[in-house]
Amino acid sequence: MSRIGFFVCHCGLNIAKTVRVSELVEFALTLPDVVVAEEYKFMCSTPGQELIKKDIKEYGLDRVIVAACSPLMHEKTFRKVLEDAGLNQYLLSIVNLREQNSWVTIDIEEGTAKGKALINGAVYRARLLAPLTSRFIDVTPDVAVVGGGIAGIQAALELADNGKKVYLVEKKSTIGGHMAQFDKTFPTLDCSACILTPKMDSVLRHKNITLLTSCEVTEVGGYVGNFFLTIKQKARYVNFDRCNGCLACMEKCPGEGVSEWDEGLSGRKAVFIPFPQAVPQKPIIDREVCIYFQKGKCRLCEKVCEQKAIDFQQQDSFNTIQVGAVVLATGYDLMDTKPLVQYGYGRYPGVYSALEVERLSNSSGPTGGKMILRNGKEPQAIAILHCIGSRDKNNHEHCSKVCCMYSLKFAHLFKEKTSADVYQFYIDIRAAGKGYEEFYNRVQEENVKFIRGKGARITESSEEPGRLVVEAEDTITGKFINLPVDMAVLSPAIVPRADSIDIARLFNLSCDKNGFFMERHPKLAPLSTMAEGVFIAGTCQGPKDIPDTVAQALGAAAEALTIVIKDKLELEATTAMVNPAVCCGCQNCVRVCPYGAPSFIAQKGVCEINEALCKGCGQCAAACPTSAIIARHFTNEQVLMEMEGLMEF
Amino acid sequence: MDFEPKILGIACNWCTYTGADLAGTTRLKYPQNLRVIRVMCTSRINPSFIIRAFQLGADGVLIGGCHPGDCHYNTGNLYARRRLAVTKKILNFAGLEAKRLRVEWISASEGNKFAEVVREFTAQIRNLGPQTKFKISP
Repeated sequence: MSRIGFFVCHCGLNIAKTVRVSELVEFALTLPDVVVAEEYKFMCSTPGQELIKKDIKEYGLDRVIVAACSPLMHEKTFRKVLEDAGLNQYLLSIVNLREQNSWVTIDIEEGTAKGKALINGAVYRARLLAPLTSRFIDVTPDVAVVGGGIAGIQAALELADNGKKVYLVEKKSTIGGHMAQFDKTFPTLDCSACILTPKMDSVLRHKNITLLTSCEVTEVGGYVGNFFLTIKQKARYVNFDRCNGCLACMEKCPGEGVSEWDEGLSGRKAVFIPFPQAVPQKPIIDREVCIYFQKGKCRLCEKVCEQKAIDFQQQDSFNTIQVGAVVLATGYDLMDTKPLVQYGYGRYPGVYSALEVERLSNSSGPTGGKMILRNGKEPQAIAILHCIGSRDKNNHEHCSKVCCMYSLKFAHLFKEKTSADVYQFYIDIRAAGKGYEEFYNRVQEENVKFIRGKGARITESSEEPGRLVVEAEDTITGKFINLPVDMAVLSPAIVPRADSIDIARLFNLSCDKNGFFMERHPKLAPLSTMAEGVFIAGTCQGPKDIPDTVAQALGAAAEALTIVIKDKLELEATTAMVNPAVCCGCQNCVRVCPYGAPSFIAQKGVCEINEALCKGCGQCAAACPTSAIIARHFTNEQVLMEMEGLMEF
Repeated sequence: MDFEPKILGIACNWCTYTGADLAGTTRLKYPQNLRVIRVMCTSRINPSFIIRAFQLGADGVLIGGCHPGDCHYNTGNLYARRRLAVTKKILNFAGLEAKRLRVEWISASEGNKFAEVVREFTAQIRNLGPQTKFKISP
């Protein structure tokens, strides 16, 4: 017979408001095998934990039930309490009395009745719990950082400075991400390249960082402490071991491509580096516009390369790296506003998207830093439209957080570089960071005109050919506005990258309702994910500015360090095992396991499970026709007993 | 006395159980007829569990897991999907209304969906009335 201790938490009023906690204590004592029942205001606090430990010793408990918040919240906390009291941590059963009970009802009768049913279920199950021993595995001390923008760069530097070997995997041929495209950054108007390029250089020179550009992760295997990442090195057609970055090839190349880095506003060669400060400073060949690849002629680059670094025969190659933890910093995309036909982006040459304006303003951009339109003229009137695609139930409900600030920045830059009238069409001005409100005030004083009304439509002016008209309602005066302008700048929604769903699948991540990678807990664990050992940082987790991105990158590096500084890692003990007496050797388990954990032992005619590979999903146990597989901690008996307890009330 | 249905839920740890927690964190409200068992993956569910639930007097059974393609264990929910489809057919064949077993794919961020499904299903089961086909009276 078991000796069960029952501990119920008030959680302040979170539980106590809609569940009669004292009644649950009385109820628990009526159940067979429950020898003590206690209640406390905050069971997870130190005195709460001490109470449990005290009772374990005093009453000689061999099973513990904690009825409180969700097990996802504090199961680990209370498991540790059991360990400290000398009881195996798997002899704990948690009742979700809060997230799935007290918080979802307003009726105290309902809440209490359901609480009893849940407790009964837990008691039935607790009787059948068995002690389990944790497995310990060796930990690979290296870390992979996927994504070479500011978040990835910062995380990589932090880990490398802590003596860890870091693989920085970047899809493009250069690191730097979107931040490298920015001109000045708000609110201090720091030159983006000036603050970023020294960090990019540090990455290149750091002895602990292996920089893998033009690389993608194609497969992920293993588990926390021992991940195996298959990296595809895309063919660059340039041998980087030989190339010395002289760029003579780029000078001579007759191939014509479109510069992605300049957001399509300028051209580039077929053999190219994306921008002058690209890291690594070695070019790649874009075969789509390379005359040799498309037509079989040219090969000028090969001729002028003194290092004989051009290699048209190069293939994609694959490599596997082994790491203990992964930091994902894959960044964001700006929403493509072409589908929002009312704004004319892509149709009217005077309509620009935010990143295009960054490139216009930048001195190494397509216009040498002059704010001139596609027709070469300087705009006399510029409208900046906030919230295009954001805060919009028809597109993206979320606020993209940084557009108010960069719109103000653009206004300031326009005022500095042109004599144009500048208008901001806004819904709210979100200026919450340090120095942001002050910057907003400054821009207001620069005679930038603010119209509180979202830009509704942009049309071509019928009265002044070549000009545009922005239509909006000024909600402060209540009047409709038709504002003639030469240039309209759209602040598009920040959205997850198109390939983020592939990355989520590779690494087993969930995405939130806006498609960004989901954190384990929005407040208490914003950088870890449900996949142990995989951390997220920067805009792939949600829209944010550079200060927050860098803070998250440093945090994610710290999280990754907690894994890789250890020699050994404790894994969940809830694996499966085969009872050979009942196994009939059908090999169903072998067929269904995604991890190859079960295998058939021909000499014995039965299957065996490799516990190092088993992740405890229980798939095999359900597939076994003779119920020979014991899914520890979720055995058939345990689940069915819990069911009986739940259904009794 | 008004009939209060008893509904057994089995939710996978990574998606639906987390989504249900999110519904709680968001303080959504739904009827408290549902009692949830947590498993690590819907693939853990043996069809005999469902039959047992009905034997124990469940009026409805709600299974929740990750969206196909997003299973934390890669393929678990794909097998679950097939098993549960066959289970439904067998239950129907045995004379139990197929509507009493509901399978939903609810991700960890879909708190709203979880609450909505529970409300809908509870109302549905209330309309269907008490389950008597498989219930074993003590």
